[in-house]
Amino acid sequence: MIRIKNLHKSYPIGKDSLHVLKGIDLHIKEGEFVSIMGSSGSGKSTLLNIVGLLDEHDEGEYYLNGQEIKNLNEKKGAVLRNKFLGFVFQSFNLISYKTALENVSLPLYYKGVSRKERQKIALDYLDKVGLKDWASHLPNELSGGQKQRVAIARALVTQPKVVLADEPTGALDSTTTDSVMDLLKDINNEGMTVFVITHEEEVADQTKRIVRLKDGIITSDTINVQRKPVKTV
Amino acid sequence: MFDLDRWREIFQSINKNKLRSVMSGFTVAFAILLFTLLFGIVSGLKNTFEGAFVDDAVNSMIVRVWKTTKPFKGLQSGRRIQLKNPDYDYLADKYDSKIDLMTARIFKNFSISYENKQDNYSVTAVHPDHQFLEKTIIDEGRYINQLDINESSKVIVIGRLIKADLFGEKPALGKRVNVGGISYKVIGVFSDDGGDNEERIAYIPVTTSQKLYGNNEYLNQIRIGYNQDLNLDEAIAFGNLIERDMKSKLDIHPDDQSALSVRNMAEGRKGVDDFMIALFFIVVFIGSGTLIAGIIGISNIMIFVIKERTKEFGIRKALGAKPSSIVGMVVQESVLITTIAGYLGLTLGTYILSLIGNSLERDYFIKDPSVSQGLVIGATFVLIISGLIAALVPARKASQIKPVVALRAD
Repeated sequence: MIRIKNLHKSYPIGKDSLHVLKGIDLHIKEGEFVSIMGSSGSGKSTLLNIVGLLDEHDEGEYYLNGQEIKNLNEKKGAVLRNKFLGFVFQSFNLISYKTALENVSLPLYYKGVSRKERQKIALDYLDKVGLKDWASHLPNELSGGQKQRVAIARALVTQPKVVLADEPTGALDSTTTDSVMDLLKDINNEGMTVFVITHEEEVADQTKRIVRLKDGIITSDTINVQRKPVKTV
Repeated sequence: MFDLDRWREIFQSINKNKLRSVMSGFTVAFAILLFTLLFGIVSGLKNTFEGAFVDDAVNSMIVRVWKTTKPFKGLQSGRRIQLKNPDYDYLADKYDSKIDLMTARIFKNFSISYENKQDNYSVTAVHPDHQFLEKTIIDEGRYINQLDINESSKVIVIGRLIKADLFGEKPALGKRVNVGGISYKVIGVFSDDGGDNEERIAYIPVTTSQKLYGNNEYLNQIRIGYNQDLNLDEAIAFGNLIERDMKSKLDIHPDDQSALSVRNMAEGRKGVDDFMIALFFIVVFIGSGTLIAGIIGISNIMIFVIKERTKEFGIRKALGAKPSSIVGMVVQESVLITTIAGYLGLTLGTYILSLIGNSLERDYFIKDPSVSQGLVIGATFVLIISGLIAALVPARKASQIKPVVALRAD
């Protein structure tokens, strides 16, 4: 699903440039639940941005769903993002003046789905994250965990190939963290490829594969066998 | 293309950012309001000036004579100058191509009576063209015609107020009135925009007056309507030419303004025209300045708005919005606001003009202030275009920002 070869990325800082990714090789197959671990400055967010087509790489090759990503303009990037990718951000990135339902149905609008159809699908996905009753609420009327669940519903609504989550629990307390992670696990169990960026061991522990990043280089890539069991009461 | 979803997005955006929308709308509405008022009042001023000429034909000039004040060619000053029929014929022949209308005038005062009613009135002896030079409006019957001149008919055209004085509600046409002891047939009743005094006059044929009252060839004035094809400068030159020619013909010193002068409407007209041109440029300058201020206002607001919405655009792009859809949304919103606000400003301006129009006319001599349809459409068009550009430039820039950068914005 995602194949990366010798990926480099650097940012200009004044006259110098900061070399953030120094040759990343990574292959993520369909249905995987991968977490990228690393401290801040390790390059993990940059990697996610490149994988999510929000940023461009300098060197190396990147194949998304078999298609080489190269010299994308904004228009093509937008179409690919809409078709293949769903995003979950640390700061939720919900549009403040739109209700939960409108936020969830927005990707469908850009996909060209009719209004009626959009609302129906969006409501289904809100139901799936347990927020059907909150459909008409604005983001500032929701708790942090609820906001993130709305964001997850929005990421899923177009049935993308990959869900990219950038520190999805970074702004949440431990209880809501668990509920959000449970949701991501459920999605993965349904066959969706999930790609999580985190610096929290507890979060990474709940994924199936942990890739550790340090100073722009992958230091370890392990299958996580001791997965914490899903909480049962 | 009509895209209902796009409009929903726009109305939501306007609705959720009321202050911002109202502010940008206000800027535009106010600019257009000032623009409308300015142009309306100036056009009212113009109407006033043009109205000043409405009484008489604009292309007319009057040759007037009095007494010499300068000795010339051995003739003493203080000599009384008299225009006569040969002078009239001389001008008519010599300047035929430049003259459209021509009439002589002899001023008399007579007591006019009908049955038991009588009063004193001005009676002016004229040629048929006098009707057009004086802009006399015939209400009933007809004016003096060439046949009356040829036959020196004893016919009279009376002003509306003379008719009212002597006949009241009764018909006057065909009746005979006594003018200074001589019986005339009433052939017409007229009115005039020049006011009451000009409707208390009676007109008789020139030849009749000359034959009955003194049996001479004397004329008081010669009035000429120059060819409409002459522009103002040519008309003024023509007036000066006639003045020089007549002075030399009548042995008058060239600088003697008292003995003979030509009062040329074109001269006053030219002064007003020059003034109006100057005023027009001032107004265009101020008016376009006002519009530009409004345009800059909305450009500023749009730049701010787009900066403020950068993160939102980043989110939308992450979700699959193409740059064109973002540009389209912003531009459409801006054009909508400028159009509605511009229209409001325009309507309000026109309404205010119609509201204060009457008092302006009464107190400040500004007549019927209004803006022309073309100007209104032009100004609205300029606004829509500027609303489009004001949004297009920053929106295109914002839409090209990489999503990762846009998402980082606050």
